[in-house]
Amino acid sequence: MSPMNLRQRFYLVEVLSGLGLTGAHFFRNMGRHIARSFGRSGVSGAVTIQYPEERRPYSPRLRSLHRLVRREDGSPRCVACMMCETVCPAHCIYIVADEHPNPEIEKVPRRFDIDLGKCVFCGYCVEACPEDAIRMDTGILEFSAYSRGGMIYTKEMLLSLEPAHPDGRPRSPIPLPADRQA
Amino acid sequence: MIDLGIAFGRVAFMMLFVLNVAALLGWVERKQSAIMQDRIGANRASIFGVRALGLFHPLADTLKMLTKEDFRPARADRLLFELAPFVSVFFALVAFASIPFGDTLRVAGRDVPLQAVTLNVGLLYVFAMLSLGVYGVMMAGWSSANNYALLGGQRAAALMISAEIAIGASIMGVVMIHGSLNLMEIVRGQGRLLWGWLPAWGILTQPLAFVLFVTAGIAATKRIPFDTPEGESEIIGYFIEYSGMKFGMFLMTDMVETIVLAGLSTSLFLGGWQIPYLVAAGFRFPWGSAIELSPLVVTVLQVGAFIGKVAVVIFVLMLIRWTLPRFRYDQAMRLGWLGLFPLSIANIVLTGLALIAWGSG
Repeated sequence: MSPMNLRQRFYLVEVLSGLGLTGAHFFRNMGRHIARSFGRSGVSGAVTIQYPEERRPYSPRLRSLHRLVRREDGSPRCVACMMCETVCPAHCIYIVADEHPNPEIEKVPRRFDIDLGKCVFCGYCVEACPEDAIRMDTGILEFSAYSRGGMIYTKEMLLSLEPAHPDGRPRSPIPLPADRQA
Repeated sequence: MIDLGIAFGRVAFMMLFVLNVAALLGWVERKQSAIMQDRIGANRASIFGVRALGLFHPLADTLKMLTKEDFRPARADRLLFELAPFVSVFFALVAFASIPFGDTLRVAGRDVPLQAVTLNVGLLYVFAMLSLGVYGVMMAGWSSANNYALLGGQRAAALMISAEIAIGASIMGVVMIHGSLNLMEIVRGQGRLLWGWLPAWGILTQPLAFVLFVTAGIAATKRIPFDTPEGESEIIGYFIEYSGMKFGMFLMTDMVETIVLAGLSTSLFLGGWQIPYLVAAGFRFPWGSAIELSPLVVTVLQVGAFIGKVAVVIFVLMLIRWTLPRFRYDQAMRLGWLGLFPLSIANIVLTGLALIAWGSG
């Protein structure tokens, strides 16, 4: 940083120009706020997005809460091949396999739990899946629980989820974890 | 009996004005900074769904502070620790007493000067009270039994003393022009017209003193950019051990001192309750026309002018507060002792020479 010149060392001029900048922001934004409160549409006086009521659109690439894709009969497409469980760097997927009644389908998961308290949302499970049975396209980000156990989402919860709208708005409600069903 | 009522009314008006504006300042500060920074600002506190632009946030804050734990460190000096916030806020509140908010008003056959207390040495009184405020800060810093608080208190004391010397020197020019330490006289003196049309407000007759006074005043009230004593987020200051409403009282001291500074700047440099060309009987414009007004209307206009001017000064102080980054401790000291103080002395000399040259008119 170069040393300050005389004008800068005198402060006053620089301070006034700084006040001019911030003051201009104030009056410009104030004018916009007032114009809006009188019903005149126009540029907003603030860049704030009032979050729970307003949301910015999510990217279609967003990795959000997982869902298990269903077959046409409603059963999970997953064949319990353990690929996702193996690739998962956080070891948050737990699968117990079972025989499928249809001999053409090898297996079906009896349990498919994802511990979202451990999940790092890397998306490796989606990439590893050979059956396109797990996706992260629900658009749901705001899940919470009162305990660590509540963060474990079961097969039924994951199967009930729908993909998000094209603009990223979630289509299904957030599944209520067991420890929040009071 | 009437005298007592009048005296009570004068004090009550000032007290309610200061306290209410202080409560509002928290909201003003939040909203103004938000609008300056393209944000919206706190707007979530609501009563039955009514948000009222976030006006309930000061209320919610007060409620929060009152219900929080009032913690006292085990090794703290009990008496001084409990006393410090009260000392701080008390001296800030009483400092407003001699600032006039209007000209004399005839009530029940008496001439009542519109200020809480009429003092011949009102200006000295205000500065005495503001200087005593440093004791609250030092007591808080020392009695907390916390080294950071102690260092913060020392920074505050050093900064406030160096700033108050500059304040005292910078207002001498105003005092020399008006030949009085009575704030009412100083405000009346600013009602004169220069060359028949220009109001002789202090900002026009003493521009250098105005800049010095505001700068030193911000430093004396420990606000950004001179908030080295507090430095909320990084260097932590004298009230680090305070919690609950005692902490709230330090915040309130901050707000009240801002109002005192705004009131003083208004009285000394912006003509106090004066409106240009308004005399006791109505407007007397320099081009000869006149509007007659009843004394009550004139008084209401004057009080309104005072409040409006205070609001404008507070706006500017907030603008400064949310624009400038903090001065480092040594920079603040250098500015105080090598910048403000010598310039104030130079201003006194210049004012003296000017008064000799053009007479003391």
